[in-house]
Amino acid sequence: MRNPLADKVVEIKPSGIRKFFDIVSEMEDAISLGVGEPDFDTPWHIRDEGIYSLEKGKTFYTSNAGLMDLRKEICNYLYRSQKLTYNPVTETLITVGGSEAIDIGLRAMLNPGDEVLIPQPSYVSYEPCTILAGGKPVIINLKAENEFRLTARELEEAITEKTKILVLPFPNNPTGAIMEKADLEAIAEVIIKHDLYVMSDEIYAELTYKGKHVSIASLPGMQERTLLINGFSKAYAMTGWRLGYVCGPKEIIGQMTKIHQFAIMCAPTTSQYAAVEALKNGDGDVAMMRTSYNQRRRFLMDAFRRMGLECFEPYGAFYVFPCIKEFGITSDEFATRFLQEEKVAVVPGTAFGDCGEGFLRISYAYSLERLKLAMEKLERFVKKLREEAK
Amino acid sequence: MNMREELLTIIERNSRIDLKELAVILGVTEVDVVNELEQLEKEGTICGYHTLINWEKTSNEKVTALIEVRVTPQRGQGFDSIAERIYKYPEVQSVYLISGAYDLLVILEGKTLREVSGFVSDKLSTLDTVLSTATHFILRKYKDHGTILSEKKVDEREMITP
Repeated sequence: MRNPLADKVVEIKPSGIRKFFDIVSEMEDAISLGVGEPDFDTPWHIRDEGIYSLEKGKTFYTSNAGLMDLRKEICNYLYRSQKLTYNPVTETLITVGGSEAIDIGLRAMLNPGDEVLIPQPSYVSYEPCTILAGGKPVIINLKAENEFRLTARELEEAITEKTKILVLPFPNNPTGAIMEKADLEAIAEVIIKHDLYVMSDEIYAELTYKGKHVSIASLPGMQERTLLINGFSKAYAMTGWRLGYVCGPKEIIGQMTKIHQFAIMCAPTTSQYAAVEALKNGDGDVAMMRTSYNQRRRFLMDAFRRMGLECFEPYGAFYVFPCIKEFGITSDEFATRFLQEEKVAVVPGTAFGDCGEGFLRISYAYSLERLKLAMEKLERFVKKLREEAK
Repeated sequence: MNMREELLTIIERNSRIDLKELAVILGVTEVDVVNELEQLEKEGTICGYHTLINWEKTSNEKVTALIEVRVTPQRGQGFDSIAERIYKYPEVQSVYLISGAYDLLVILEGKTLREVSGFVSDKLSTLDTVLSTATHFILRKYKDHGTILSEKKVDEREMITP
C-alpha cells in the first residue's frame, strides 16, 4: 500500500508536554502542576446564558464571522481596555479558540519561504503551524536576564529579507513574562522600520499583576500591521467552550474568514451566546480570578525564595518559570525524577523551546492547598539534590 | 481590590489561615497583617471568626425557621427597639429589617419543632408591637454562607497538549 501520510505532517515532532502527561496519567496519586487551564469553573451567569440559549432553541449556525452582538462586544472591550477601534463587520472574526486564529492567520499571510520570527520559550503551536502554512520558523531565544522579554536588539538580529511576521506571545506561556509599554515601543520601531507584521497572541491579557496589559496594536502605526488574537479560555475560565477571536486589518481578516468558512464554518453558537454575557457582565469574575492567581503567584515566589531556588518574578499568565541550572541536570531529568520520587508533575522548560533548558514551568492554576503540598515536596527534593551534589 | 478588601475576602472564606501565609499571599509583612486585623476588629468590621457547620452530619438535631414578622414601628425609634427586643433572645440567630410585605425577618434555631413554635407563640407574637408572624421551617440547607454543603469538588481537568 502507498504511504498514506504527508511528509510535512510526519516530520513535525509531537508536543513535548505530551510525553510527560502520559506518565502522569498512569500514576495514581500524582500531584499535577502541569495543566495550562484555569481551575475555576466558568462563572455561573455565563454558563446560564449558554443554557438559556439552548433552551430558546438557538442551535443554528451563526454567520461565518460570528454573532454580530459578540463581535460588537469584542470591539467595545478592545476600545475600553486599549482604546483600539475595530470595525465589527470587517475587522473582527470569531474563531474556535485562539488556536484557530493562530493557524488561519499564518495560513492567510504566508507564502512559501516567508520567515516567521518566534520568540521562545513560548506556546508550542506557532512553530508547527508556521511549517504547515508553508513558512519558515525562525526562533529567537529569549533570555532569563531580560526576564524573558523580547528586546529590540534580539529582534533586529533575527530579521532577514524574508522575515514577514513576528509572533508576539505576551503575557507569556510558559515563562509568565510580560512586555510593558516601553518594551513594546522599542520593538515597534524595529517592526515598522522593517515593514513586518505582528501576530500578537494576547490570550493572557487579563492576567497581569503589574499594571494593565498593553497591546502592541495600540501603539502608533501598529494597528495596521497587527493581528490581535485573544479568547475567552483564560480570562473567563472558558477553555472547554472553544472560543477565541482575532481583530486586524480587513484585508487579512477577509482572507482568514475565507479559510475559516471553508474549514470550520463558524464557532460554536452556544459558546458565542455565553461569551456575549462574559464580556457584558464578567469583569467582576475576571478581577476575582486575577486576585486569586496573584495570591498564588506570591505564594510560589515566596516558597522559591525560601528554598533558595532562582526565579525571576513573572507578572503575567499563571505560570512561574524557576531556574534549576544549579543542580547540573537537564530540565527533563529534573522533571522526571521529581515525578518519580515525589510524584509531582511539572513541565520541563524544553517543551517550549530549546532555550527553556534549565527551567521548569509550574502552573498555579491550582488551589493554594495543592500548591502548598507541592512546594513542601519540591523543597524536600531540592534539598536531596543539593545533598547528592556534595 | 485594596489590601484590606482582599484580606477580608480571604478570611471570610478561611479565618483559620496562617498569618505568615496571609502576609505572603497579600504581598505585605506579617506585622501589616496583624495591625490591619486589629484595626478591623476594633472598628467592628470583623465581628467574629465563626465556623460553618453542617449540623445534618451530626447526631445533633436542629430545627431552623424563618419567621416573617409584621410590627408597628414606634414613634421616635422606628424598628430598632422592637428588633432589639427580639434579637436579645439567644435562640434568635439573625434579625433583618426587610422591605416589602413584612418588616422583620427572624431566623431562629431550636432543638425541636415544638420548641420553635413555642417561642413564636409565647414570646414573639405576644410582644405588643408585633402584628402578625408567619413561620417557615427550613427542610434542607443546600448552600450556606456561600458554601455548597453537599459538594465535594474534584479536579476533572484532562490531560491536553499543547
